[in-house]
Amino acid sequence: MKNSFIIVGFFVLGILAGLYNLLPKTLIETDFSVYALYILMFLVGIGIGSDKKTWEIIKSAKLKIILVPLTIIVGTSLGVTVVSFFTTIGLRESLAVGAGFGYYSLSSILITKISGEALGVIALISNISREIITLLATPLFIKYFGKLAPIASGGATSMDTTLPIITKFVGKEYAVISVFSGVVLSILVPFLVTFILKF
Amino acid sequence: MFIVLTLMTVGIIFGFLLQNKVGVIKFADPSINIAIYSLLFLLGVSVGTNKIIVSNLSTLGVQALLLTFGAVIGSVVLTYFVYKIFFKVKE
Repeated sequence: MKNSFIIVGFFVLGILAGLYNLLPKTLIETDFSVYALYILMFLVGIGIGSDKKTWEIIKSAKLKIILVPLTIIVGTSLGVTVVSFFTTIGLRESLAVGAGFGYYSLSSILITKISGEALGVIALISNISREIITLLATPLFIKYFGKLAPIASGGATSMDTTLPIITKFVGKEYAVISVFSGVVLSILVPFLVTFILKF
Repeated sequence: MFIVLTLMTVGIIFGFLLQNKVGVIKFADPSINIAIYSLLFLLGVSVGTNKIIVSNLSTLGVQALLLTFGAVIGSVVLTYFVYKIFFKVKE
């Protein structure tokens, strides 16, 4: 949660700096963000690859557990498709925002690069809200939709930021499923977002 | 964008091979944070300098929330069926 505040803080600072022209022109005209993005993606890869727990959990996964992230992908896409008829955002763009699965930092940056700032902002707000809703509504979700519900709602965040609250309410036996689902979705975010917007 | 995906894949392979080199891994985490902070700052800057986006920020926010509700409800309801069929222990 603390990290979300810091990230939103940097975003808001950027907006203010842009609004009041506080930055030198060269910074705005030179697109440093492309290189920062390249470095980021490489480092994210290293982070995933070097985490022993990731490989152990993926290796130990039973067929049944693989159903969880798959269902979350399908369910998210269905829900977003329905909603897209009530907004001015196109179906493809809506699906891409949904494919952030709560991984707001990475998805909003990628979507900005491919589709521009407007959709990037939507992705940022939408995916942060997904994390916040999960943090707030986990007990409610479990009561009406069973123990997998907060894992579904948490999406990619169910491996880290929303894991404590999920484990607290569904118990330790579901913690492995939660981490597994979160890891799989996190790895898939950049691939799904890119493929949805490019094809 | 394929550069991005390639870089990430190469990173995963690198990370896997360097699993026991603690120094590299310790270096990756804070660097990820710095990269994310600066990228979101820059996203903020390009939003702040874009008048069309600034004047439509509330509309964008509402649409974003609608998408979130769709995503959350869709995934929660669908996993409920998977839960009932495959996971729930019968009493």
